Amino acid sequence: MLLGLAQPTSGEGMVLGSPLGTLEARRQVGYLPELFRYQSWLKAREVLGLHCRLAQLERSSWPAAIKGALATVGLSDRADDKVAGFSKGMQQRLGLGVALLGNPRLVLLDEPTSALDPVGRHDVREVVRGLRDQGAAVFLNSHLLSEVELVCDRVAVVDHGRVVAAGRLDELLARPQVRVRCTGLSAEARQALSAFGEITDDEGWLTVGGIGSDRVPDLVRAIVDGGGRVHAVDPGQQTLEERFLQLIEAA
Amino acid sequence: MATWVIASVTWRELVRRKLVFALLALTAIVIGVTGWGFSRVPGLHLDGQPLTQGEIHTAAAQLLLLVMFMFSFVLALTCAFLAAPAVAGDLESGVAQGLLARPLRRRELILGRWLGLALPITVYTVFSTTLEFGLVHWTTGYWPGQPIAAEAALLVEGLVLLTFTLALSTRISAITAGVIAVIAFGTMWLGGVAGAFGQVFHNNAITNVGVVTHFLIPTDGLWHAAVYAMEPSAFATEAARGLGSSFEAASGPTAGYLAWVAVWLVAVLGLALFSFQSREA
Repeated sequence: MLLGLAQPTSGEGMVLGSPLGTLEARRQVGYLPELFRYQSWLKAREVLGLHCRLAQLERSSWPAAIKGALATVGLSDRADDKVAGFSKGMQQRLGLGVALLGNPRLVLLDEPTSALDPVGRHDVREVVRGLRDQGAAVFLNSHLLSEVELVCDRVAVVDHGRVVAAGRLDELLARPQVRVRCTGLSAEARQALSAFGEITDDEGWLTVGGIGSDRVPDLVRAIVDGGGRVHAVDPGQQTLEERFLQLIEAA
Repeated sequence: MATWVIASVTWRELVRRKLVFALLALTAIVIGVTGWGFSRVPGLHLDGQPLTQGEIHTAAAQLLLLVMFMFSFVLALTCAFLAAPAVAGDLESGVAQGLLARPLRRRELILGRWLGLALPITVYTVFSTTLEFGLVHWTTGYWPGQPIAAEAALLVEGLVLLTFTLALSTRISAITAGVIAVIAFGTMWLGGVAGAFGQVFHNNAITNVGVVTHFLIPTDGLWHAAVYAMEPSAFATEAARGLGSSFEAASGPTAGYLAWVAVWLVAVLGLALFSFQSREA
């Protein structure tokens, strides 16, 4: 809808100051579709050339733009090969190169690492960080939440088309918590630990929710003072995937 | 500007996919085979006597109409097979998403595709028919009465089917669009044959079938326009006496019919634009 590929049934929106879907909005956006396919009978360089023309870039800037895009996505040595001979991962790299042409202010990446190996995923993360450093906004849509966690500043969780949570990643993740494996703790001492946060038992582990990392030593001391023996301390951070499942279940 | 970008990509695709090479090679073969056939006509005998110049012309005209009928069929199939995947193929593969995310109007994509296919079809039609007419004239001395009108009618016949298939391609799959277009072409031809039967037997109902099909999708009407432009006047006289067939035409197309064809083309192309504009990519 941002790019005019689907029509809104109602309402309106703006992209970089232009009504969504308009030519002006699309001029400032780079896009890698989830279903990335490019003309199989063209060479990689020619696909980029076609998009330079369609993006209405200055003709004089085409060679540098194409060379830069190929280098960024690691396809410089395959520039004159036809897309038909590309693996899915190479086609996805090419698609990323297409999205980067013309230094767009907004880049929409739909599942950009779905066909890539670990090296490719690392490269995409570097590209995304590079775009961020250049001042571009990157809109990353992915089911690989570990990837999202590694590169995104802000996250929105969507369930059945509705945003169920949105915000900065550190805000979105649940309160910090620490897990302590301990024995010999009296009931009174356990009760006293609630001063540190919400206490839950989980197969020999005590989980203290909402505790700041600076208070963990105090917590350990309180357990020992209460007669408990500490076997392990795990200052675990909730992953985005765990938080995602929580949110979806709650929704 | 963007329309020409899409058109030029379409041309390049036709070249890269070796379609242009295939058409040139097949045209060369057809010209060679028919050229040999036409070159034998002046040496034929009838009742032990060599053919007169008039008989040679009549035989050449009949053979030319047969060859051009085959050409019009091949042209129609070519147009259907080219236009069917022109939009539907891009939508099915996902190529369209990459294109339409650019500052490209949807009408520019459709018009670019149409131009990208129509221009090579025009070159192919004019080149092939001119070569065939020249060959017939060189070997038999026969020259169609209105060669340019014949070429134009054959070309527009192809463009009608191209436009019709392109419009289908904006909504249904490539294979279905192609099949519908070919069946529609065949049905219109059968409607024309039925209309000729109706005239022979003075049956208005059957005659009207031919009239309706000439207007519904004007491929057969344009074929008859091409026939009239290629046939000797004797054939037209024969057809006027009610002995018409798909290879004879009593008269050329009226100005009203040509205007209808122009309106039909613009309307169906407009329908394709509207259809593509209002769908998700």
